[in-house]
Amino acid sequence: MTNDKLNNSKNEWPLWEVFIRSKAGLDHKHAGSLHAADAQMAIENARDVYTRRMEGVSIWVVESKHIQASDPGEADSMYDPASDKIYRHPTFYNLPDEVKYM
Amino acid sequence: MSVHSFQEHFDNLIDRDVTIEPKDWMPDDYRKTLIRQISQHAHSEIIGMLPEGNWITRAPSLRRKAVLLAKVQDEAGHGLYLYSAAETLGISRDEMYNQLHTGKAKYSSIFNYPTLTWADMGAIGWLVDGAAIMNQVPLCRTSYGPYARAMVRVCKEESFHQRQGFEIMLTLSKGTDIQRKLAQDAFNRWWWPSLMMFGPPDAESPNTEQSVRWRIKRFTNDELRQKFVDVTVEQARVLGLEMPDKDIKWNEERGHYDFGTINWSEFYNVVKGNGPCNKQRIEARRKAWDEGKWVRDAAMAHAAKRKARQSEVKAA
Amino acid sequence: MNLAYTLRLADDALIIGHRLSEWCGHGPILEQDIALTNTALDHLGRARSLCQYAAEQYNAATAEEKKNSFSSVAIQQLTEAGKQLTEDDIAYLRDGWDYRSLLLLEQPNIDWAFTVARAFYYDTFNYYFFSHLKNSNDTTLAAIAEKSLKEVTYHLRWSSEWVVRLGDGTDESHNRIQQAINELWQYTGEPFVMNDADNVAVSTGAGVNLADIQPLWTARIAEILQEATLTMPPAGSWMQQGGKEGRHTEHLGYILAEMQYMQRTYPGMEW
Repeated sequence: MTNDKLNNSKNEWPLWEVFIRSKAGLDHKHAGSLHAADAQMAIENARDVYTRRMEGVSIWVVESKHIQASDPGEADSMYDPASDKIYRHPTFYNLPDEVKYM
Repeated sequence: MSVHSFQEHFDNLIDRDVTIEPKDWMPDDYRKTLIRQISQHAHSEIIGMLPEGNWITRAPSLRRKAVLLAKVQDEAGHGLYLYSAAETLGISRDEMYNQLHTGKAKYSSIFNYPTLTWADMGAIGWLVDGAAIMNQVPLCRTSYGPYARAMVRVCKEESFHQRQGFEIMLTLSKGTDIQRKLAQDAFNRWWWPSLMMFGPPDAESPNTEQSVRWRIKRFTNDELRQKFVDVTVEQARVLGLEMPDKDIKWNEERGHYDFGTINWSEFYNVVKGNGPCNKQRIEARRKAWDEGKWVRDAAMAHAAKRKARQSEVKAA
Repeated sequence: MNLAYTLRLADDALIIGHRLSEWCGHGPILEQDIALTNTALDHLGRARSLCQYAAEQYNAATAEEKKNSFSSVAIQQLTEAGKQLTEDDIAYLRDGWDYRSLLLLEQPNIDWAFTVARAFYYDTFNYYFFSHLKNSNDTTLAAIAEKSLKEVTYHLRWSSEWVVRLGDGTDESHNRIQQAINELWQYTGEPFVMNDADNVAVSTGAGVNLADIQPLWTARIAEILQEATLTMPPAGSWMQQGGKEGRHTEHLGYILAEMQYMQRTYPGMEW
């Protein structure tokens, strides 16, 4: 890449999605997005932007363009079929009162 | 689905108060309105850094300096969250900056007023952030998901801003004569512009009705303005400051304070670019952006070089 | 008593914190505006701890010691009136000649390259300095050093990465950072000059022998500059000094005029 080309293009830093683990043992959760030139900088920017109030102990970043998302138009066929499978939940089953820890 | 049924589906979501997410179908005007409102909001945060930024190097104590610096930094963060929310609608941050720098995009006109004394730091925190919070809290439930989530984060962080402003005012009002004078003077100058922050009266607000229908907005400009007046009158009493409006009077029948007439011609002029600092504010942002170009380019060039070297290593 | 030593560290932190805070709202991109302000806040936080500790030591000193500590009239007046000094008196009421900060830190921001180069030289020094100071027999200084070391480790990472990014970025960024590295080089001797305050502090076990950390500093600077494809300025070139003795460049006067304006205009008020 020549410098001339850089100066003429818009050359915006790519967008990253930030996931933060707020406490040891918890899942990483989506915190927001930011711009960074590379992955290392994205982690540092995430530290500086999203953990200023002790919000995190671990950070994941992924370039936004790599996120694959499900299609909201297919939500009915994707998620509704799960709604009648109540036997997947423990409360579906009746246990005698004598059985305590199960 | 036909456009008609897309529209029906969308209307249905809005009516049921289900949030709209980036990949959902949405009417063009809804998208445009959101981009306009969110980017305006983001610009306001970024421009809003400047009047207070003036006083970081002159803050009167180390504690105040740290607090002010952290506060102005928060505003940068808020701008960033909001730009990110707008980016989910298909506009880049560069493009939004471009709109700001060329005068195409608007921002809250209050930041076109100058910060003349230290007391302005108190008045801005107390009044401007107070008015902003009143505008922003309902936005935490706005219909567009990324905007609502950004606003939740903003509101959480914003809560210390108004308090620190009020604390500055309280310290001044308990201080010496000159300090009380500084406080009153700042109150006088920031009061009317703060009322204007809620936007034109409902009757003249062209976008309000549609925005309320789409649940982008939850209350009208006049409703929020009245709420602000009601709480501020009480707070001014605690500070022992005189209201800068002689027409302030409790109206038993309405259950609200009546207040004087806002100078809307001043408001429209400031919006149009005739405020005391419009030019300086935009100029400062443009300068930071232009002078930062070589820095941003260098980081991209370096990232590209690094990537190329890594793939060379892999290939070998 | 380690008052003189504490003050110097306080002044370093205060002046660099002040300089970095000037960037707030004017950075090249939002993310870095926020990052740099975090660093400014770290320095400012350290400045406050050290100013508080300096005030504490001053207040406990004998009249004779107090007299010898500062020449600033405003401080003398407070002392004569029997007032206890606060962190703000230390920061806002001393004149330039009572400031003991390094010349490097008061140099103006100029652009991102100068800001990065100044930070890089100072962060590297700080990293090794606080690594040693945490063994100080002055428990307050040791505790401040331990906390600061964590912050400084991150600062050093940030400034080193930017030196590499700019050095190995575009032609323009390479030239700009090389120029900044060269021009600020003349201020990189002073951090290692052992003056009276240093000698006393080392002899009592409170301070750091700067000769111990100079080779570490040089090696680290050389390593990063090489990675950044930059040229290290020649060893043995002329080095400016004076800040540690209260003789500053012209820049400090402007910093103090701005920083102290409120306290000087409205003396003795609470803010």
